[in-house]
Amino acid sequence: MTGTARTVLTIAALTLREASRRKVLRALAALTLTLLVLSGWGFSRLAAESDFGSLTSGETRLVASQLLNLVMFGISLIAALGTAFLAGPTVSGESESGIALAMLARPVRRSAVLLGKWLGLVAFGSGFLVLAGLAQCLVVLVTVDYWPPQPVAALALLAAQTVVLLTLGLLLSTVISPMASGVVAVGLFGATWIAGVVGGVGAALGNEGVERVGAVSRMLLPTDGLWRGAMHAFQDPAALAQFGAEMAGFPFLSEAPLTATYLGWAALWVAMVWGLAAVSFRRKDL
Amino acid sequence: METTLGDAAARQAAADLVAGLPAAPAAWCTGLRKRYGKRVAVQDVSLQVGRGEVVGLLGPNGAGKTTVIKMLLGLVRPDAGEVMLLGRPATDPAARVRVGYLPELFRYQPWLTAAEVLALHDRLAGVGVPVAEQRECLALVGLAERAGDRLGGFSKGMQQRLGLAVALVARPEFVVLDEPTSALDPLGRADVRDIVLSLRERGVAVLLNSHLIGEVERVCDRVVILNSGRVAASGTLAELLGQREVHLHLTDLNPAAEERLAAVGLVERAGEWSTVALPADDPGTAIPDLVRDLVALGTRVHAVEPTRISLEERLLGILRDGAGEQR
Repeated sequence: MTGTARTVLTIAALTLREASRRKVLRALAALTLTLLVLSGWGFSRLAAESDFGSLTSGETRLVASQLLNLVMFGISLIAALGTAFLAGPTVSGESESGIALAMLARPVRRSAVLLGKWLGLVAFGSGFLVLAGLAQCLVVLVTVDYWPPQPVAALALLAAQTVVLLTLGLLLSTVISPMASGVVAVGLFGATWIAGVVGGVGAALGNEGVERVGAVSRMLLPTDGLWRGAMHAFQDPAALAQFGAEMAGFPFLSEAPLTATYLGWAALWVAMVWGLAAVSFRRKDL
Repeated sequence: METTLGDAAARQAAADLVAGLPAAPAAWCTGLRKRYGKRVAVQDVSLQVGRGEVVGLLGPNGAGKTTVIKMLLGLVRPDAGEVMLLGRPATDPAARVRVGYLPELFRYQPWLTAAEVLALHDRLAGVGVPVAEQRECLALVGLAERAGDRLGGFSKGMQQRLGLAVALVARPEFVVLDEPTSALDPLGRADVRDIVLSLRERGVAVLLNSHLIGEVERVCDRVVILNSGRVAASGTLAELLGQREVHLHLTDLNPAAEERLAAVGLVERAGEWSTVALPADDPGTAIPDLVRDLVALGTRVHAVEPTRISLEERLLGILRDGAGEQR
């Protein structure tokens, strides 16, 4: 094993160990569990309502799709907060505290250290999303007997959304303080989501100018675009086709799947931001 | 074919030549410069730490000592200048494989145990030190009992001891200690002194930055004094402190006794007082031998006052001169 590969793996393992030993993991687990229990209760009520005959089976599936997307949004928000606040302190926090001094004086390349941290965070964020998302899908299956059409693609897109956000958090943490980088990353995440909703409303109203707000923000920070792709993979296509026109602009339904071009752009975006982070970290004086 | 043979011969000759050269210095830098915004932190600093040599870095707060150390280790990018570590350019991370470092700001992952921190640094260094040797390293700094405890509960002093173990764990050939005793009690300071001396015995070079001049005076072969980002003075302790001398109050001084005085070194007379410069390589026998011989020659010895300016006085003198020149 070459020195660089050894550094990358060592730092990735260290990052995972940090995440598992610090309180972040327990906080994430508690939040997720609360969300799962609450959503389980909500979905069982929904099942009870449809038993009483006030909802048709098509309506139930549409509502289940919306609710699943809503809860998944909650889970992706938890993942976003968790990884942004983990990614923030990695570089800037360790340089502020002095932990980085002894580590970077070892025969390691800074880009290898950054790649290790990134891989560790990606593994942690994606692992959390897949586990929590799968648990949520099972809760929905048990309570309202709904199983999303493309669960694997949906969870992969949610994981990709987390990767985008944590890469941004990593870049920010090479230039600004730990707390600020977490706050800015989460703030941008929220802002793009809202811009996406605004764009959706614009599309429903046929206003191109407003619609463009969503399109541009989806290019600048691909979190919202990926999130819409994930929603599309979670929701029932038949129900959407039946009721879709009435629900245009609704933020927890997505009309179209992602294009390969957009996925390519998201991958390129991650590579570019990571490259910027590496350059910024290399030039940083400790 | 001939050229190939010629090349091989030339390569062999070059290899022999290189093998015959003395080992490259542990650390060498020239023309180091660093500016933070408008403030010049380090200006044209050149220094060298030979193999197995203990060099002290002295200077007032803000003189640029820690910045120089960080530039040597690649933690701060110099604006100008060149650094070599153990014969390799410092821009190559591999130059730091055999370098140990205890930062002034010592902090290690609070969620790891002491043993895990050492294992981590061994992995990053890529040396592959056996666990038993890592434990010995912890024992050396007095943390053998705490190997399995997380650092979150460690006191400052214990963290600094751990930092020393981290600096020593990967079998270094060059150790940089930046204020290694700032959080230690007198016992810990004595331990650090012993560790530095044992490193020197094993041929490990040490660069020691310390405010405790007495500490530096006791363990260092050479001293580099920084002031306002520049090297104000450097040299061995004997060179920096000048020759030692002895004041003697003598009566009944005869020519034979005068000759005996002159045999030691330069003599200055002022009434009944004579000041004799002692040789730089005096192992400590010059004064008692001189007194014995003077008495044997019939001279009456009233007082013997060996004098040596301390490193502290010398340091203050250099810094005040520097301040005077700047005004």
